[in-house]
Amino acid sequence: MVLDLSDLSKSFAGGAVRVLDGVSLSLAAGEVVALTGESGSGKSTLLHMAAGLEPVDSGAIRFEGRDLVAMTEAERAALRRSAIGIVFQQFNLIPSLNVAANLRFQARLAGREIADFDGLVASLSLQDQLAKYPEDLSGGQQQRVAIGRALAAAPRLLLADEPTGNLDETTGDGVFELLLSLARARNAGLLIATHSERLAAAADRRVHLSHGRITG
Amino acid sequence: MNAKTILTTLFVLCATPLGAQGFAGLGQAAEAYALPDPETRFTFPEDHGAHPEFRIEWWYVTANLTGEDGATYGVQWTLFRNALRPGGAPGDQVWMGHAGLATPQGHLFAERFARGGTGQAGVAPAPFAAWIDEWNMTGPDLNTITLTAQGASFRYDLDLAADRPFVPQGADGYSVKSAEGQASHYYSQPFYQVTGTLTFPDREVRVSGQGWLDREWSSQPLAGDQTGWDWISLHLESGEKLMGFQLRDTKGGTYTTGTWITANGTPEPLGTDALRLDEVATTEIGNRSLPTTWDVTLPAKGLEARITVTYPDSWMGTRIPYWEGPVAVTGSHKGVGYLEMSGY
Amino acid sequence: MNRAALAALLSHWRRRPFQLVTLILGLSLATALWSGVQAINAEARKSYGAAADVLGGGGLAELVRRDGGAISQADFVALRRAGWQVSPVIDGWIRGEAGRVRLLGVDPFTLPEGGSAGALAAGDMTGLLDGALFAHPSTAARLAEATAIDSLAPGIALADLDTAGTLLQTNGFTRLLISDTQPLTRPDLAEIAPDLRIETPETAEDLGRLTDSFHLNLTAFGLLSFAVGLFIVNGAVGLAFEQRRPVFRTLRALGLTAPRLVTFLVLELLLFALLAGILGILLGYLIAATLLPDVAATLRGLYGASVEGQLTLAPAWWLSGLAIACAGTALAAGGGLWRVARMTPLAPARPRAWAMASLNAFRWQLGAAAGCFLIAGAGWGIGGLLGGFTLLGGLLLAAALALPATLAAILSLAARSARAPLSEWFWADTRQQLPGLSLALMALLLALAANIGVGTMVSSFRATFTGWLDQRLVSELYVTLEDEADIPAFTAFMADKSEALLPIWEIEAEVLGAPAEIYGVADHPIYAENWPLLSAHPDTWARMARGEGLLINEQLARREALHPGDTLPLPGGFSMEINGIYSDYGNPIGQVVLPLDVLVARYDGIDRRDFGVLTGDRDLAALRTALIRDYGLPEENLIDQAALKSFSLSIFERTFAVTGALNILTLGVAGLAILTSLLTLAAMRLPQLAPLWALGLTRKDLARIELLRALILAALTFALALPLGLALAWVLLAVINVEAFGWRLPMFLFPGQWLWLFVLSLAAAALAALWPAWQMRRRPPADLIRVFTHER
Repeated sequence: MVLDLSDLSKSFAGGAVRVLDGVSLSLAAGEVVALTGESGSGKSTLLHMAAGLEPVDSGAIRFEGRDLVAMTEAERAALRRSAIGIVFQQFNLIPSLNVAANLRFQARLAGREIADFDGLVASLSLQDQLAKYPEDLSGGQQQRVAIGRALAAAPRLLLADEPTGNLDETTGDGVFELLLSLARARNAGLLIATHSERLAAAADRRVHLSHGRITG
Repeated sequence: MNAKTILTTLFVLCATPLGAQGFAGLGQAAEAYALPDPETRFTFPEDHGAHPEFRIEWWYVTANLTGEDGATYGVQWTLFRNALRPGGAPGDQVWMGHAGLATPQGHLFAERFARGGTGQAGVAPAPFAAWIDEWNMTGPDLNTITLTAQGASFRYDLDLAADRPFVPQGADGYSVKSAEGQASHYYSQPFYQVTGTLTFPDREVRVSGQGWLDREWSSQPLAGDQTGWDWISLHLESGEKLMGFQLRDTKGGTYTTGTWITANGTPEPLGTDALRLDEVATTEIGNRSLPTTWDVTLPAKGLEARITVTYPDSWMGTRIPYWEGPVAVTGSHKGVGYLEMSGY
Repeated sequence: MNRAALAALLSHWRRRPFQLVTLILGLSLATALWSGVQAINAEARKSYGAAADVLGGGGLAELVRRDGGAISQADFVALRRAGWQVSPVIDGWIRGEAGRVRLLGVDPFTLPEGGSAGALAAGDMTGLLDGALFAHPSTAARLAEATAIDSLAPGIALADLDTAGTLLQTNGFTRLLISDTQPLTRPDLAEIAPDLRIETPETAEDLGRLTDSFHLNLTAFGLLSFAVGLFIVNGAVGLAFEQRRPVFRTLRALGLTAPRLVTFLVLELLLFALLAGILGILLGYLIAATLLPDVAATLRGLYGASVEGQLTLAPAWWLSGLAIACAGTALAAGGGLWRVARMTPLAPARPRAWAMASLNAFRWQLGAAAGCFLIAGAGWGIGGLLGGFTLLGGLLLAAALALPATLAAILSLAARSARAPLSEWFWADTRQQLPGLSLALMALLLALAANIGVGTMVSSFRATFTGWLDQRLVSELYVTLEDEADIPAFTAFMADKSEALLPIWEIEAEVLGAPAEIYGVADHPIYAENWPLLSAHPDTWARMARGEGLLINEQLARREALHPGDTLPLPGGFSMEINGIYSDYGNPIGQVVLPLDVLVARYDGIDRRDFGVLTGDRDLAALRTALIRDYGLPEENLIDQAALKSFSLSIFERTFAVTGALNILTLGVAGLAILTSLLTLAAMRLPQLAPLWALGLTRKDLARIELLRALILAALTFALALPLGLALAWVLLAVINVEAFGWRLPMFLFPGQWLWLFVLSLAAAALAALWPAWQMRRRPPADLIRVFTHER
């Protein structure tokens, strides 16, 4: 298993708001799991925890068998650099770097060369945008850059939090398909949060979150 | 606080407020100064010169003039000497000059100060010369003099000539100023015929008329409670002259006396109750109220005249301020003259 | 609606009290430094005015003798008798219990109105004629028999003409004041007193001009500090605006018009400006009151200008302080307000576009810098004090304006050569942050350059001054006799106890229409050995020994464009050839050195009580003891070389104490400016840093990077400030000093100082960056995560 979440719980506001309540979930290499649920059902929190960004109240997170919760911050950061790709709803590109630099950024942070940069660029249809800066791009283009950045480092796990949430339906569909096909092509596990049942249908498996619990 | 107010007090050597010791400090104690003596008789020309052993002295000329333009003018030329301390040393003398010119267009005046002993001011009896700065009263003798003075916007150059002797005032020149006996040595020359020129920035006016000189020296001319005086010198059409003054004291009383001078120059001293000076009307001048119309009564001479000031604005805004200007005489006698009012 | 909107806007400050403190602090500091300097300047100017009123009779023209000699009483009387309304003045120096005091003898009878005696009350005038001496309480304390009068100018004693004449042993008058009011007619001056000439009045302006450079120096510092303070305000206001962007947007969306929003913000700022203005004025008063004694000492030491060490403040000063606080706020917040006014209700944030637009603005600034540089060049061309300061100001402004573009160029160069992704990002990101930091960096540049420049000038001055003191102070012991009558006894006493006695005899006089000191120098080989001359005849000392010719100081030479070989007319109606010119640092007035015999033969009233003693290899301490115990000289009449040297140096240090204090203050304010700028950026940068964190950088990494960035920017700014500071020092030493003081100083370099300043500026930047970096380090992940989940 790439990712093993078992009995995860998380509260905010000193326990007043229970965001996750005993969630367990596994993800195999090359598997695409869609995480669905209402706004506030805990999808983002689950993803952030899986990335080691959000501390855990109770439960365990294992990445390829290694205990993520027990790691130091530096170890988690190193893991994120080299093995986990994250795609955000807000794209979160680095505004001071151009598209090419953004695409290469995480791979180079991880000290890795990109095997087929041109191929990646071509698959993202970003050939003509390489010298541009993020804010000069459309939303769809930005998200494609973010996907490319996440994939360039050859992660074993891809985490995508509403990657189409800020895009119109047509663009969103395109981005979603691209994400799925690229993840599968690279045999990375993909956990993708979305509230669109239509998109979720394209995943290998669907997990529905409601009030912090898996309901289906 | 400017130098003007300082010197007011400086000149009279008095740090106390005006009025506390008579007008302009003239009522201060005489200390070690020479005192007027009733037995003293004038000797000329020596007495035309200064008497530095006395505290205070003046050479005082007034003139009632008519211009070729028909206007009435009044001229005043005064040199005061004041001793800073007894002993008569030249360096202890302070000299002050006042020049006034009363005109229909307004009153013009100037004043000068000088430290004694430098030559900046002084008096020589024969040939006569009295001066302060460029102001001069010079002549071969005091009966034949030229008189000049100037300020920023006026100048006068006058020739004065008299053909009658000097007139002693009071008792043979011993002029009593109060019931307590304060007195001065005092003589006059009321018979000057005057001609000359008045110069203004834009014009000159030829003038002629009559002039009057007063010479007086003393060490304590006023009593301590006397606050000011009203003084007149009248040229009557009859050729007779009248000098009169009243000294006012803090309690509202007055000490009034004078001299009747016949046309040939014979003085007839008046008793203390012979002459009456009565205020008839007052005029506001600046923030002061001054009597500008007087009734003069001298029953012994059948005189019941009214004197009216010609220019009520004849205010001498000098460091020691007072009113001095020409007057017209009407009533039982007619004529012209000069009025001086101090302590208002 | 209005109330609700206002409450929404103001609630920001309740949630961020630190920001409010920064804003108020920056603004009050700016106001404080500005108004403090203004208060000092105003106080000094007022003192000059009072002094000039007394010295020059309140702006009256004067008559002086063409040959500089005394005017006779006969001339005065002749003028008065011709109608000239003039008043004599005797002007001289008397020795008080603690230093010399200027004595003015006046004639109360002819003194024009509104002049010196205007300050005296009636009773005092009587005292004047009785021989009294009047002086300001501070001056009266230095004289044995003076009466204190509050209304007189400090440093001057007033007496009657006769009293002054006796005290100064003179019969003539120094000058005649010409009254403004003159009679209708008077002859020409030439007809009465052809030896006299009319001199236009010595007014407050003259003294003002003399001390202008000093005040300009202070004002420049005040302005610099103010500008630096404004950078802080700009930072704080910018931050507040940035953080309230969502509130603005919401308010606008809810129907608040842009003009009304701006009005609210203006009201809010006005409130802060007034609050900070009042604080700043109080602070400024404190600064002024603290610095004024030093300033007063400087002005007295350098220019002989008397300034009271006490502060009295006019309402105008208070109001101007408030006004400058408001104006400063407007200046600092103008840009932010403009943006708010033009903001569309749902404007997306485009930080890079903003940065790029700013980089474009850098190019405009570069153009403006070129313009300033040209102006500086023109200033150099013009020459004079004004030209010198134009050069100085132009240079500083050009450098400040060129700084962002220069830094941007350096950073993009670095970015291009960067290989690692992190460093690539670091340089690119630093460059993008430049617009937000550029004002603070400009402030740092100016503060650093001013520090380097002024520091170099002061140190060069000190180095020159001490070297010069070492040479000039030839005698081991300096003695002041109680009375000139003691000279024979003293000479006899010293006959076997010293190698030589060197008279230091002196007289105050006017040379070429300005006050000067005339010294006599004995014929002794030690002068030729020890007295460095700037330019001289080859046989100067031989000529001096023969009683031919004289020496003048650099100040007099520069002022009158005199050279060796020229002839100098001296008071007393004779002239002598100039043998040489010597440097005379710290002396504002001209100095002439005559052969001693010539001095003694030509002048009366010489102060002959001072002697230098050459002890050779005799025991100095024993000689001191002998002089005190056996000869009976009071100990305070003796001063040895070392004491004199340290005394001179202490005067020197005091002179520059104010400069030093302002220097430190300015640097401190610049540090604060960097802090606020970084805080502003830190808050705005969270969205930019969060992704990096998500991509695998720890918060510690990010904090370290932020700290490094501040250090690198500070280091770069220092590197640019160094040549600028040295240029500044050169202008101060070679241009301003010559124009203002009349001497040129060699420039020395003090790398140790630079190192210290470099460390200091790094420390300031590190200190400023530490807080935001620490915040980043400690920031809860939730804050960073919020960036990914929240609407921006």
